[in-house]
Amino acid sequence: MIKLESIEKVYRTEQVETLALSNINFAVDEGEFISVMGPSGSGKSTLLNVIGLLDEPTAGDLSLNGRHINSYADRYLARIRNEEVGFIFQSFHLIADLNVVDNVEIPLLYRRGLSGKERRQMALKALDRVGLSSRVKHFPSQLSGGQQQRVAVARAIVAQPHILLADEPTGNLDSQMGDEIMGIMHQLNEEGTTIVMVTHDQRLADRTGRTVRLFDGRQVQ
Amino acid sequence: MLKNYIKMALKVLLRRKVFTCISLVTISFTLMVLMVMTALFDHVFGSFPPETRADRTLILQSIKGEKLGEKSYKVSPPSYAFLKRYVSSLTQAEKVSISEISWSTKATFRKGEKIESRFKHTDGVFWEILEFDFLEGRPYTVQEVEEGQRVAVINEATRRVFFGGDQAVGKHIELKDQAFRVVGVVSNVPAFRLMTFADIWVPISAQKTDDYLRYDSVFSGYKALILARSAAEIPLIKEEFADVLTRVEYPNPDQVNHISGGPTTLLEHTLDGIFSFSMLTSRGFIALVGVLILLFMLLPVVSLVNINTTRILERASEIGVRKAFGGSSLTLVGQFLVENVILTLLGGALGLVFTFLVLQMLGASDIVQYAEFHLNHRIFLYGLVMTLVFGLVSGVYPAWKMSRLHIVEALRRRKQ
Repeated sequence: MIKLESIEKVYRTEQVETLALSNINFAVDEGEFISVMGPSGSGKSTLLNVIGLLDEPTAGDLSLNGRHINSYADRYLARIRNEEVGFIFQSFHLIADLNVVDNVEIPLLYRRGLSGKERRQMALKALDRVGLSSRVKHFPSQLSGGQQQRVAVARAIVAQPHILLADEPTGNLDSQMGDEIMGIMHQLNEEGTTIVMVTHDQRLADRTGRTVRLFDGRQVQ
Repeated sequence: MLKNYIKMALKVLLRRKVFTCISLVTISFTLMVLMVMTALFDHVFGSFPPETRADRTLILQSIKGEKLGEKSYKVSPPSYAFLKRYVSSLTQAEKVSISEISWSTKATFRKGEKIESRFKHTDGVFWEILEFDFLEGRPYTVQEVEEGQRVAVINEATRRVFFGGDQAVGKHIELKDQAFRVVGVVSNVPAFRLMTFADIWVPISAQKTDDYLRYDSVFSGYKALILARSAAEIPLIKEEFADVLTRVEYPNPDQVNHISGGPTTLLEHTLDGIFSFSMLTSRGFIALVGVLILLFMLLPVVSLVNINTTRILERASEIGVRKAFGGSSLTLVGQFLVENVILTLLGGALGLVFTFLVLQMLGASDIVQYAEFHLNHRIFLYGLVMTLVFGLVSGVYPAWKMSRLHIVEALRRRKQ
């Protein structure tokens, strides 16, 4: 499902060159739920950005769902992100001006061939899955942190991606809300979604199938 | 998708009220000035009664006469006799009218109040080329002019002053110690319609002497209005007149033995008057106006570009999210341009309202006598085009800058 070979990421400025990832090699099978752990600055988020095609690796090969990523052209990547990947961010990144259902519809706006009615039905279905059917017209500011993250999960799954990438999804939530989000993610994984989750929390990592550990941009486990 | 963009645009505008107000004031004021200028231009050069055929009407209002071999020359209006001989006979023209180049003023005292009326001598064809709005009566005919009848057409304002607004046809009006029978009353013609403006129009034959008929000079104080069969035939008329000039018989060849110049359209004629050089064609003038409009729009556009760039970078997180979930840079550029065009359309609508108010004020102020400025479909269309250009131009740079924003960088900027 996900295959990384000799992935390297270097950030260059005029004076400084920073090695963020070096020689990363691992694969994630379809239906797996893995966690990525490591101290701050170890390259966890960079790795997730590379897998999610939000950032281009400096070297190495990447395959997603059997597609070898051989071009980093903007429109090509946008299409693959839309079809294959869903994102959950630590700080939710909901659009304050849009209500819940409009936020969830965002990935579907970039999917061709869907009518407004179909988009709305899919968004409502996704919200139903995360238990927020009664909050569809609310705005993000009217929701609790846990509810906002559930909206973010609904947005991540609404286009039915094969891969879900979560960057510290419970980092801004209390333990009870964090558990709720983890519960939803486990349920999605049981239904076949492949999940890669970045976390600091060993307790959460223990609940995933396996853990990839990073230190100073290198894979140590 | 478009519905979503519109929804988003309206929400952003409502949320950022200060930004929205500044932008709307900038846009509406700029567009108002441009639309008022357009309206004035349209009312001077556009197709309005009585000059509804301006697109196929030529004017010969001045000619350049000289004696070949001498440096001096004279540019002056032609004489009636010259026009009758060499312009009335143009075969390419549908109709040719000869009238005085400008009006004369006659002061009358009524109930102790001094009334100044401007009157103009014209032939009968004048009324066939121009389409005056007759409130009562009719124009005087070619035959009445030939017979030298003392008849007159007056405007609405003159009717009000002399007859208190009552019916005027059949009554008499005193002008230069002669009594003229009013045969028609027309709507007031604005003073900027120089080709036709007057308060009273009387037959050219109603002059005290017949001196104007004598061909003793190529110069005097008359002009010809030449109606082409179609706008496309205007060049043919110009060519024919140029050819006619080669066969002119000069009444005073020791003073003038060569004439140049020719009929022009109203726009070309006005340009000659304004700029005093004839190198600028009507196309050149339109290009010049276009450049001036662009320059005028430049400052508000730059200001709006700055505001938009700030605004768009405040929405970095949204841009990051949209890109992460499949929005390409091009799609997002499209979204932002739509948002900006919606904002400018709102500004344009406000600008249109302001334009209407300013035109009403201009009309009421009587700066230009008898002028009534209205919004019409042409001004609305120009306004719409200017609004769209304004929206696109001021949105392109911020949208391009936004499209260059890296997703990860955009997501790091959390400020919404």
